Amino acid sequence: MRPDTHRLNVGAVAAAPINLLGSLIEVPLKAIQRVVGIRGMPYVFLVPNLGFFGIFVVVPLFINFAFSLTGGTNLFLSDRVYTGAEQYEFLLDCENFTDSGSCREDRFWRGIFNTTVFVFFQVGFLVLFSLVTALILNREIRGRGFFRAVYFFPVLLSPVVVALIWKWILLRDGILNAFLVTIGLEKILFFVSPQWAMFWAIFVSIWAHMGFYTLILLAGLQAIPPDLYEAAEMDGTSKERIFWRITLPLLWPNMLVVIVLALIKGVQIFDEVYVLTGGGPGTATQFIVQYIYNTGFTNQVQNFGLASAASVILGVVLFALTLMQLAAVRRKDSA
Amino acid sequence: MRTRKTKALSAVAVAFAMATTSVAAETNLRMTWYNDGIEGEVMRDLLDRFEAANPEISVTLDVVPYKAILESLPVQLAAGEGPDLARVTDLGGLSEHYLDLAPYISDPAYWESNFGPFLKWLRLPGDNSSISGFMTQLTVTGPYVNRTLFEQAGLDLPGEGATWDDWAAAVNEVADALEIPIPMAWDRSGHRVSGPAISMGAMMFDADGNPALVDDGLKAMTQRLYDWHQDGTMAKELWGSVSGSSYLGANEDFANAQVVMYMSGSWQIPQFAGTIGDAFDWWAVPAPCGAAACSGMPGGAALVAMKDTEHPEQVGMLMDYLSSEEALAEFYGRTLFIPGHLGLASGGVDFDTEDPRARHALETFAGAVPTISPIAFDLQGYPSNRVMFNALISRLGEAIVGEISLDEAYDRMEQDIEQQLAEKARN
Repeated sequence: MRPDTHRLNVGAVAAAPINLLGSLIEVPLKAIQRVVGIRGMPYVFLVPNLGFFGIFVVVPLFINFAFSLTGGTNLFLSDRVYTGAEQYEFLLDCENFTDSGSCREDRFWRGIFNTTVFVFFQVGFLVLFSLVTALILNREIRGRGFFRAVYFFPVLLSPVVVALIWKWILLRDGILNAFLVTIGLEKILFFVSPQWAMFWAIFVSIWAHMGFYTLILLAGLQAIPPDLYEAAEMDGTSKERIFWRITLPLLWPNMLVVIVLALIKGVQIFDEVYVLTGGGPGTATQFIVQYIYNTGFTNQVQNFGLASAASVILGVVLFALTLMQLAAVRRKDSA
Repeated sequence: MRTRKTKALSAVAVAFAMATTSVAAETNLRMTWYNDGIEGEVMRDLLDRFEAANPEISVTLDVVPYKAILESLPVQLAAGEGPDLARVTDLGGLSEHYLDLAPYISDPAYWESNFGPFLKWLRLPGDNSSISGFMTQLTVTGPYVNRTLFEQAGLDLPGEGATWDDWAAAVNEVADALEIPIPMAWDRSGHRVSGPAISMGAMMFDADGNPALVDDGLKAMTQRLYDWHQDGTMAKELWGSVSGSSYLGANEDFANAQVVMYMSGSWQIPQFAGTIGDAFDWWAVPAPCGAAACSGMPGGAALVAMKDTEHPEQVGMLMDYLSSEEALAEFYGRTLFIPGHLGLASGGVDFDTEDPRARHALETFAGAVPTISPIAFDLQGYPSNRVMFNALISRLGEAIVGEISLDEAYDRMEQDIEQQLAEKARN
C-alpha cells in the first residue's frame, strides 16, 4: 500500500501555473492600484479593449471622415487634395430628392431608395418570420432539435455560398425554372425583372439570416417564467391575450436587439446581393454599400473621397436610426 | 597539427560562407497573373526553365481572378505593396506604376523593333521612350457564329462586307427556325461596343484629342443595341442582369449552343477549342460593317514590371528571357494567342492545335488587324479609356432595362466622364 504522501494531487498541479501567473500579475496590479486607487481600477481593466476598439474602429472612422474632405485618386491621405465639403455637396445636389434623376449623383440616390425599400420589407418580414418560428420551436413538437438545427444551418454558410446556391436555383436554366417547365408553366427570367430581383434579394437575405434572429428570440422565450403562463391559464386567459400581454412584453428586450441588429445589417447589405444579382437589372438592386464599393474601387478613377463621403452619410443615418429606436423603447418603458 | 586544424576550420568557414551567400543571393520575384485559358500553365513552364538556368532567382506566380487585376491590383500598387510584375489589361491606366526596364534589359533595340507599336500603350502621356513590358497577347474584338446552326436552318452566312443590320436579320432567322433562345449576344463591355460604334462613325475624341464619346456614330450603334434588346435579338438577361460597369461574358451560353452569334474577341479561341472542340462549328467572322468602317477594337494583355520592385536587375533578367523570340514563340504557340511580337507575327507562329476552327479563327482575327480603324488604336492607347468604356456600358445598361431613356443615358455618359476626369486631374 502506497503512503498518502505519494498520491498525486491533480488539482494542485493544474493550479500551479495559474497561481504562478496570478502572483506575477499581482505585483504590477498592486502597483497600478496604488497610483490610480481602487476606483480607477475598472478603467485599467477596460484599457485593452478600448485600445483595440480605438485602433480598429474609432481611428478608421476619423480617417474615413478625413478622406471625405479630400479629392483626387491618391491613396495616402498626405498626398490627397483638400476639397472641404465638395464631395458632400456633389452627393446632396438634387433638384427634387424624391426623383433620383434630378440629382447630380443619381446612382447614390437610387442606392438610398433601393436600400430603403429593401430594409422596410426585409426587416419587417425577418422579424415576423423569426418570431413565428421561435414561437413554434419553443413548443413541445416532435423533432424540435432537428428543426432548430435546420433553421440555424443557413447562418453557418458564407454569404457568397448562399448567393451562389440561390443563383443556380433561379437562373434561366436553374432548378426553379426547370420545375416551372415541368408543371407546364413558362420560364421566368428572375434577374431581368426589377421586381423579381428585389423580391429574391429580400427572400434570400431573410432565408440566410432568420436562424440567427430566431435563436435570440428563442432564448428570450425560454427565459419567460413558466409560472406566469400557468397562472394565466388558471385564470382562463385566452391564448391571444397571453401572447399580447405576457409573451410579447417580456420578449421585448430581445425583440429590440433583433430589430436593431436586423436594421443595421439590412442597411449594410452587400455581399449576398452583389453575388446574387450584381445590383441589377440596371440598378434595381444596387444598394448604398454597393454604390460606395463601385465608387471607391471598380471605376478606373477610384474616387475614395466620394465613397468616403457616402459612407459617412450612411453612418450618420444608421446612428440616427439607432437613436430613434432607443428613444422609442425608453418612451415605451417609461410609459 | 595546427595546420590541419586551420585547414579544417577554413574549409568549414568557406562552406558556411558559400551556404550563406547562396541563401543571401536568393531573390524571390512575385508575378500577379490571371488566366483566360492555359496561359498560366505555359508561363509556369517557362518560369521553371528560367529558375533552372538562374538558381539564384525564384518566381512566384500568383494566379488571381481577372476582377482582382482590375480592382485590387491598382490599390496594391498605389499603396506600394504591389508585385514585381503583373499581367494587366488596363495598359495605360496603370502606367504611373510601371518600371522603365531600359537600364535593366540587355537589348532595348530588340524591344523597340519587336514591340514598338505597343510600347506606347504602356506609356504616360509625353513619354516616348520607356520600356515597361510586352504584350502577352494581342487581341482583336470580333464575332463568332455557330455555323452548324446556320447549316441546320438552311441559311448561308452573310458574306464579306455584311453590315450589323444584315447579321442581326440573319441570326434572327436562324434563331426563329431552330428556336434558339438568344440570336445575338455581346460581352457586356464598353470595349466591345467601341469597335462597332467606330464602324458606325463614332470619333471618340474631339479635334483637340479630348474624349468626346457621344456623337452620331455612337448613337447609331447604341440605338441598335437598345432596339435589339427590346425586340429579342439580344437577351436582356446578359446586359440587363447586372449593374454598373460589371463585365459579363456570354461564352458559356455560346458554348452551350444557346447563342447564334457572339460578339467577343480573339482571346476566346483557346477556351472554345477546349470547351466546344468539334461539338459544333464555332466560326470566327470578320467584323461586320457600319457606315464608316468594318472595325473591331485592338487590345490585349501585357506583362509589365512595376517600379516599386526591390529587384529591378532580376526583373530585367526575367523580362529578357520571357520576351525572347524563343520563349514567346512557345508561349503564343501553346496558348493560341495572337502574337504581340512583330517578328513572330510576320514570320508566323506554329500554333499548337489541329483544330481547323481554331486555326481559322486565328487567321480571321490576325487578318482583321489591317481593317482596324486608327480611331480604335487611339482609343486603345488613351490612358483613361476605361473611364469612357465604363460610362458607356453602365449608362447604356440602365437605358436598356428602362431605368432611364437613351437620351438621358447619353447625357449621363458625358457627365460621368467629365466628373471622373476632373477627379483624376485634382492630383
